[in-house]
Amino acid sequence: MLFTSVDDVATRLAETGYLASTAVATTVFLADRLGKPLLVEGPAGVGKTELAKAVAEVADARLVRLQCYEGVDESRALYEWNHAKQLLRITAGRDESWDETRTDIFSEEFLLPRPLLTAIRGSEPKVLLIDETDKADVEVEGLLLEVLSDFQVTVPELGTITATRRPFTVLTSNASRELSEALRRRCLFLHIGFPDEELERRIVRLKVPGLDEALARSVVRVVGALRAMDLRKVPSVAETIDWARTLLALGADCLDEDVVRSSLGVVLKHQDDVLKAAAKLDLDAV
Amino acid sequence: MTAVSAGITERLTALVQALRSHGIRIGTGETVDAGAAVEALGLADRERLREGLASALLHSEGQRPVFDPVFDLYFPRGVGAPEVLGGSGKDIDRDDLRDRLAAALAANDQALLVQLAAEAVDGMGGYGTRPGAGGEGGGSGGSDGWSSHQTLSRLRPETLLARVLAGIRQGTAEGDFTDRLTADEIRRRIETFRDAVRDEARRRVAERRGAEVIARRAVAPTADRVDFLIAGRAQLDELRRTVQPLARKLATRLAARRRRAARGRIDLRRTLRGSLSTGGIPMRPVLRRRRPARPELVLLCDVSGSVAGFANFTMLLVQALHDQFSKVRVFAFVNRVDEVTDLIARGTADPEGLGSRIISGAAVTGYHGSSDYGSSLGEFAERYAEAVTARSTVFVLGDARTNMSDPNVPALRTIASRARKVYWLNPERRAQWQTGDSAASTYAEYVEMHECRNARQLSALIGRLLPV
Repeated sequence: MLFTSVDDVATRLAETGYLASTAVATTVFLADRLGKPLLVEGPAGVGKTELAKAVAEVADARLVRLQCYEGVDESRALYEWNHAKQLLRITAGRDESWDETRTDIFSEEFLLPRPLLTAIRGSEPKVLLIDETDKADVEVEGLLLEVLSDFQVTVPELGTITATRRPFTVLTSNASRELSEALRRRCLFLHIGFPDEELERRIVRLKVPGLDEALARSVVRVVGALRAMDLRKVPSVAETIDWARTLLALGADCLDEDVVRSSLGVVLKHQDDVLKAAAKLDLDAV
Repeated sequence: MTAVSAGITERLTALVQALRSHGIRIGTGETVDAGAAVEALGLADRERLREGLASALLHSEGQRPVFDPVFDLYFPRGVGAPEVLGGSGKDIDRDDLRDRLAAALAANDQALLVQLAAEAVDGMGGYGTRPGAGGEGGGSGGSDGWSSHQTLSRLRPETLLARVLAGIRQGTAEGDFTDRLTADEIRRRIETFRDAVRDEARRRVAERRGAEVIARRAVAPTADRVDFLIAGRAQLDELRRTVQPLARKLATRLAARRRRAARGRIDLRRTLRGSLSTGGIPMRPVLRRRRPARPELVLLCDVSGSVAGFANFTMLLVQALHDQFSKVRVFAFVNRVDEVTDLIARGTADPEGLGSRIISGAAVTGYHGSSDYGSSLGEFAERYAEAVTARSTVFVLGDARTNMSDPNVPALRTIASRARKVYWLNPERRAQWQTGDSAASTYAEYVEMHECRNARQLSALIGRLLPV
């Protein structure tokens, strides 16, 4: 067990600079307590990956990360045999019998563990982060099913390797593809949305020290208003922080029309959005 | 299991039952997890319990709007009237409540807003013979209840906007840029308060009628099960968000079917020719490569007011499907037909106003504004006959309500004879097809007509019917 209570989760995460909402703290605690993987969904830039990193830091655990992408396969996710080394071993041991060689070249020494196997082996605490699960192909999901339900991996030559200590597992997804129902069933589900005004202000103040309280308040309010508009890409927390940093660098002491107009591009990523927001916020032509 | 959790187990399974009845698929495994979650979390903190149960029982964020009200019913905030009043039945001072509400809105005090909602429902929402007076609970007559509508129309929180705004402006004095956002923020807070009133009224009713009944009736369905015809604005926004993943899902499924379909029958001639090098023994069968079918799609959409929600939504789906097909042509009609393919292709940046732009940009109405299927179909068969070929699948989208005019079946038959297949998707429930001015059953004799009332049905249908 990494945590003793929900409050414990919240305070210890906060110490590392991750301010958790009730939902986040509760589900992290449950995932730890029930020993189930945690599937985190939500828009980009709200701190899904950060959460895994923060948990790793709190638990003083090693973070093992599997970054998913289209075409990621078993040899990238699970394990590989080190063929070059195997060939060397075969050429080096010319005078021994084949049987000896064969048992030797399929041993631990020639195994290249990839993230999933790494996370399962060994007894030190680990956090397994499977990032952007939705980017991987459906076949990889099948692979994950075995790993996540029993925390074991079968290597034909070595037998089944079962985790002596379950890693704290976080899967993230932007929902660009529907994950299978079977995978969802194995996980606790957490949706991280945009934080409420007060939490976001605390996040901004924490991440951008030196920012004036009143300015932080204004920034969060404008971002909140932008989120209420129907934009192609609404700003997320990462953009709020970027904006706050920009304003600090610009030396702005309050938000006025000129400042907003000149720095709107930091928060909004499409020209249509900039125009729309400018019109809604009553800015003069941008 | 401890003594505390004995009653909780029943409540939890009842909650799961209610969620299942709303179409959320929950297996026994999840229920067990939820039980473990309750044990790990305890019952002390209601919000934590809510998040914990949600994480164990739900699988997507779209289910949350159903989960939250159902959770409120089975794990209510409190029982009976709010304690501040010392039991219901007391008359409430409307002006005093409005004052306190204005202060709470200005301060954005969520907890206080929830409490005021409870007081408001208790003081102004009761109808029939004063229910539960004195707090004996559930003993009195059956015709009474609590109404959020009545509470809100008496309290009228939206009229507080100007007052709250003036109060806040007075405090800050300076002409800060963010001032112009304040009005919108207050409006959003008022909306939150209205929701709180609705939740509270539902909770009080549930107390009297039993949570099961209310959970079944009064909780809004998930977006993909909302009828197109009755969807409100907020629900349409929600629907729009469900379209994107739906289109993606369809696209992957269609791609898979196309891949599978690529392997055809044995090409005998080429197999035999290939077998010459092996002395005439056909070692390697050559498969006939099937020419990839290039399905064409023709959509004929009723965009009149009565089916506006349906049409808007379908247009969005069409937009999403646009690049999946070699050719999609879209025609809109009310009582005249016009091609709107370009409008839709160009409209990807702003799907919001698509419906209204079609109405204003295309000639879909003649002398009057009510829909006329007969003349529309006739005009289509006459003017755009070349759009329909033996390779095209035609989808007609509409309720087939002809406003008493001639349904013009021959026109439909002409179209059907030219097309590879014609499907009619009708947003009305099948039972209503024969009623009033509906020509649905007449048309259904000639083309395949399907009931298509919500996003769920639509995705099932599209997946099944689309030619690959």
